[in-house]
Amino acid sequence: MTVQEGVLTKRRRRPLPPLGFIISLGFLTVVIFGAVFANVLPIDPLAQNIVDSLKPPSGSHWFGTDELGRDIMARVIFGARTSLVTAAGAVIIAALIGVPIGLVAGYFGGWRDTVLMRFIDVLLALPNILLAMALIAVLGRSQTAALIAVGVAGVPSFARIARAQVLTLRQLDFVSAVRGFGCSSSYIMFRTILPNILSPLMVQVIVLSSVAILLEAALAFLGVGVPPPTPSWGEMLRTGKSYLYEAPYYAVLPGLVLTLTILSFDTIGKQMSRALDPRSGGGTPGELERAGP
Amino acid sequence: MLHPVPGSTGAAPPLLSLEDFTVAFAQGAGRTRVVHGIDLTLQRGEALGIVGESGCGKSVTWLAALRLLGKRAVTTGRVLLNGRDLSGFSERELADVRGGRIGLIFQDPTSCLNPILRIGTQIGEALRLHRGLTGKAAEREALRLLDRVGIADAPRRLRQHAHELSGGMNQRVMIAIALAGEPDVLVADEPTTALDATIQAQILDLIRDIRRDTGMGLVLISHDLGVIADLCDRVAVMYAGRVVETAATQDLLGSPRHPYTRGLLAALPSLEGPRVRLTPVGGTVPSPDAMPPGCAFAPRCAYAEAHCGNGIPVLQPAGTGHLSACRRLDALMGEWQRQAAREAGRHDPVVQDLDWPNRDRQRELSA
Repeated sequence: MTVQEGVLTKRRRRPLPPLGFIISLGFLTVVIFGAVFANVLPIDPLAQNIVDSLKPPSGSHWFGTDELGRDIMARVIFGARTSLVTAAGAVIIAALIGVPIGLVAGYFGGWRDTVLMRFIDVLLALPNILLAMALIAVLGRSQTAALIAVGVAGVPSFARIARAQVLTLRQLDFVSAVRGFGCSSSYIMFRTILPNILSPLMVQVIVLSSVAILLEAALAFLGVGVPPPTPSWGEMLRTGKSYLYEAPYYAVLPGLVLTLTILSFDTIGKQMSRALDPRSGGGTPGELERAGP
Repeated sequence: MLHPVPGSTGAAPPLLSLEDFTVAFAQGAGRTRVVHGIDLTLQRGEALGIVGESGCGKSVTWLAALRLLGKRAVTTGRVLLNGRDLSGFSERELADVRGGRIGLIFQDPTSCLNPILRIGTQIGEALRLHRGLTGKAAEREALRLLDRVGIADAPRRLRQHAHELSGGMNQRVMIAIALAGEPDVLVADEPTTALDATIQAQILDLIRDIRRDTGMGLVLISHDLGVIADLCDRVAVMYAGRVVETAATQDLLGSPRHPYTRGLLAALPSLEGPRVRLTPVGGTVPSPDAMPPGCAFAPRCAYAEAHCGNGIPVLQPAGTGHLSACRRLDALMGEWQRQAAREAGRHDPVVQDLDWPNRDRQRELSA
């Protein structure tokens, strides 16, 4: 089941989602489309033309050009690819580590819970950006390093959400029933409980995507993100800042795209968590009545 | 690995037996004991009914015996399955017992099925776990099981979710899942309580049919004497964490030998004869942390005397295969016999309506 299916089919009988949600969805579609098809588009983020350096937006360069005469719009589009790949990778890493930690801690409780959640508390106590910089210092500067660093920073939120959900679910009859059928603990955690907590986890995927994009940009801005010449929004902000007086559009336009992307993820995440309110999940009594014997 | 059961008389060991089984829950610093030393046996293929009020420990006993209550529940005594003590089993061996040797079904079938997974997936998992079936073979077997539990249009049902089925159908699905492991005994914890009366009767018929076909044993936990009377060979009446009376069903219903059992039977409405006021058992079950000294039933007992508070009564013979735990058993048995003789001509719900050989009345009771 995809996120869209779960959210949208549920909302069929309700009024249309708010305008902000639709705009956000539209904007993100454009960004994702650009990132996916960047190669196919007739643009080159690396083509330099020193004569045309720092030109303001015009018909041939919609977002203007940078200090090496490269097309800023092309770089923003390719930068979207960097941002989204890092975010997706980071969220996958965070989920793969965080969700099992939360499941085990919540399901078994006891010393496993204590040990795992203290570990999560330690992760949480370290500022994300410091943790990420430390990891990059160890791993060296590369896209993979940025991705892992951002991913590790996202582990605690997945672990905590999974654990909280497990604590409610493990009390429910069908979980004890499955134990009564002789299923193992790992089966119960991953096949019985996990599918039932996917909705809140999906919301977290979206929310964490925006955090990951922001963190990736921050790392690039600090000069420890994806190394140049790969275009990245943070990197563009970093160089653009030096030309803020002569060419304000250089920093402002990529910054605007970055802000709107994060805002869109947040809006969608918020809307999803509203739609996936616990009351709307699973079968309703009404549906039960309908099925005859 | 088969250890002989101490005290067995050379006959086949019982399929399942509890010996001096206790359950206590950790509560704050101390422990509250809720089951106080139970001895029960179940022969192969036998149907045993466990009856008692809410909170008497009837469900807890069996869940704890299968170690399904988690670490908060502390048990002592022995649980023997074919002569082997379950307390020595690893978690993995226990998982094979649950579902494989001992099937379990519960009170509220709809909440016992995973709301996200399809019915077919859930049956399939039980088949994979206990019979190693996967793919097409598992699907065929799942279809056969659904058919066996009386679900029409099985191929479509396999693809549905629990919320698309009625409560009665969900209980059938639960039974199908329990049967997937081909267990030796089915422990049914209030299997019909959440269902309406007509569906109840169908589910009980289904359990009876399956037992007839497979020879599977049954432990039926219920507060409903009618349901028990319908299905069980033998009944154990529990009160406040102890077995207070046990006998063959006919014997127990026909001539109860414990004041509590008599109270339960007197509280049953009769379908025939003049309308009479039901006789309630006054008071409530004592809370586990505030047990009266001596007989736990004494404060509610119409026959209690001062010495009933002096010591916990033990089960003693009250007929063939009939045990009753009452300190005044001898005196009361005489009294009840005289009373029965006096009232022979009058309407007596205990003697007349529960007349065992009369199959019709027996069925009405359960409906």
